[in-house]
Amino acid sequence: MAGSSLKIALIGNPNTGKTSVFNLLTGLNQQVGNYPGITVERKVGSCRLPNGTKGTILDLPGTYSLNASSMDENVVIELLLNKNDKDYPDVAVVVTDVENLKRNLLLFTQIKDLEIPAILVINMADRMDKKGITVDIPYLESHLKTRIALISSRKGTGIDHLKELIVNYAALPTEPCLNASSIDPDYFNKLRQTFPNQLLYKLWLVITQDVNFGLIDLKELQGTAFTKTKSELKRLQQKETIKRYQFINDVLKTGQVIDHSKANDLRAKLDRVLTHRIFGYVIFFGILMLIFQSIFSWSEIPMNFIDESFAWLSAFTSQHMQPGKLTDLITQGIIPGIGGVVIFIPQIAFLFLFISVLEETGYMSRVVFLMDNVMKRFGLSGKSVVPLISGTACAIPAIMAARNIENWRERLITILVTPFTTCSARLPVYSILISLIIPNRYVLGIFNLQGLTLMLLYLLGFTGAILSAWILNKVLDIKHKSFFVAEMPNYKLPLLKNIGLTVLEKTKAFVYGAGKIILALSIIIWFLGSHGPGKKFSDAPAIVTAMPQSKTLTESQLNDAIAAYQLENSYIGIAGKGIEPVIRPLGYDWKIGIAIVSSFAAREVFVGTLATIYNIGSSAENEDEGTIRQRMAAEVNPVTGEKIFNFATGASLLLFYAFAMQCISTLAITKKETNSWKWPIIQLVGMSGFAYIVSFITYQLLK
Amino acid sequence: MKTTLAVLKKGQKAIITDFNVDAIPLKLLEMGCLPGNQVQLLQTAPMGDPIYINVNDSHVAIRKETAAEIDVIIITD
Repeated sequence: MAGSSLKIALIGNPNTGKTSVFNLLTGLNQQVGNYPGITVERKVGSCRLPNGTKGTILDLPGTYSLNASSMDENVVIELLLNKNDKDYPDVAVVVTDVENLKRNLLLFTQIKDLEIPAILVINMADRMDKKGITVDIPYLESHLKTRIALISSRKGTGIDHLKELIVNYAALPTEPCLNASSIDPDYFNKLRQTFPNQLLYKLWLVITQDVNFGLIDLKELQGTAFTKTKSELKRLQQKETIKRYQFINDVLKTGQVIDHSKANDLRAKLDRVLTHRIFGYVIFFGILMLIFQSIFSWSEIPMNFIDESFAWLSAFTSQHMQPGKLTDLITQGIIPGIGGVVIFIPQIAFLFLFISVLEETGYMSRVVFLMDNVMKRFGLSGKSVVPLISGTACAIPAIMAARNIENWRERLITILVTPFTTCSARLPVYSILISLIIPNRYVLGIFNLQGLTLMLLYLLGFTGAILSAWILNKVLDIKHKSFFVAEMPNYKLPLLKNIGLTVLEKTKAFVYGAGKIILALSIIIWFLGSHGPGKKFSDAPAIVTAMPQSKTLTESQLNDAIAAYQLENSYIGIAGKGIEPVIRPLGYDWKIGIAIVSSFAAREVFVGTLATIYNIGSSAENEDEGTIRQRMAAEVNPVTGEKIFNFATGASLLLFYAFAMQCISTLAITKKETNSWKWPIIQLVGMSGFAYIVSFITYQLLK
Repeated sequence: MKTTLAVLKKGQKAIITDFNVDAIPLKLLEMGCLPGNQVQLLQTAPMGDPIYINVNDSHVAIRKETAAEIDVIIITD
């Protein structure tokens, strides 16, 4: 495959519509993975090019320049510096936004210095008329020493021209468009003489940054005449940047004409309202409120449908398959297990939908701007808002999003507190518990009481995050210069295709990622619950029948009693009873205990586990007993006859799930991002300990 | 009038004259915040910090403490 397909790298500043171009080129032929060993997202797609050539397109992380300041940007540089990398492109496609051409070209001139065949894409061409912008393509092509494709990713125009340029990449000029080494001729001449076989700009990049670069060892350069102090290097980098902008300004003076009278001030008007000192906050909280209300009420219909479908499927299979171990495994283990994942697709899809709309429209940057001052007081940055909000989908991408925070101290605190925000994996647990303990009523006519409770839990998560940030800010002894630079992109109508693809991709990742764990655990739990050691398990029918109180039971009640006795003496029952003393003060029985233990793999396992346990616990005659929710609602304490999921236990469980650190994947990502085990351990112990205390107090007060 | 970016009022334009290289992140330079370029204050967040500027046609938000390291000459009110 590598031999026959053309390798194309998409490079560009954030907010240039690079991903839209990628989506246009590849359609649905894309795969998302990670770079080996690091957590930077790696997006690859394929496309058909003219005359039958196949193209493999790599969508590199957005970067402002080749001076890396984050892990995402490192990926770009390491790839472009290493000709032996399997992804090293045959041709680079640099995407720019016609409204920000000046700034976007900075990166382009750097790519040209690496002497990689490069095509310049000028995107958002559809906005040129409105903004009074005209560009002289032949002039720009000759001075920037490249070929240009004028594209509108919104209208889908210009893509064919781009594909043609890609196929004919061999004809692209590869010389640099300016001579950056003139910023310090002596220094660069010496460098050239010492390493005659290396590209000068590559050497410069290796000297100025901390990248892992296979061809030259940085150590070779250290201790030689080429080392300079950090401050000296930065001064040179500043000179280099000025030099590049001089060149770009000169080229654009003729190459691009902007009629400023035509520039409409929609942006300024929107900014005035959306970043207003009062309305700004009102609008922001209004939007948050809308999101949470809609996640709960809009998802209800498809969720009920899925819940009932799986209950029906389980009953149907058990009636139509031969009774036996395999049937039990399928109807009691696998079907409820899968149902426990599928049911959350509607909520998760809605959540990702809202988050990607906020990002795509440019609104998220305004929230960053609005919130910085408040967040700073808690040791966070305005940019912490993005992880904290995307944490409502999943803490893993959220913690990765903290990379945009320049200051290490603010970034670390953000990473540590982000798991407090209510992620989509908690939703299943919240939904089912809320529906058990909170009545489905409307207050003041419009607010659904269950929806309000959910919103309260989300607020509680944010409060937990903010307060622990405040504590960490007091406790942590890390000095770091505080920088904050946030681009404020222009407002855009979101592209349906982009949003659709994001929602599809993230939901798929959740279903497959969580689905695998849940399915495996469901099978294990089913096995442990339907097998047990010794006579107590195998002779359960005889033992229960012989009990004096069994004499008065009907046959169906007797079967239930036998099943319950078997479950209690199964492997899982024994394990659950073992931990019961620890969780009893919180109001949980051993069945909930098992569900809590298994949800340390992933929180959403909680519901699936309870579903599996209660399925095993009900006898054959009660197969059509109904959905997971109904079964949980019917569960009573065998000693007192009280409902297990009463208000006190439900509230205590809700708070436990709100604060406890129960996600192995999140701990792993914290380890990767902080490069130490210390921080994930602090997260685990701190959060879970706090959760235990809060749940303990809650249960003891309410019971 | 010679002053720093931190004291600009909403809507005022200025020309950057100099700055303390060590106190300014490289990313801000790459956005076009360089001597000789024009800068305009578009918005200030509640309580005056951070500020939202247009420099060299880049729209960026920075904190006041960074803005205080950038010397400017105000050209319009």
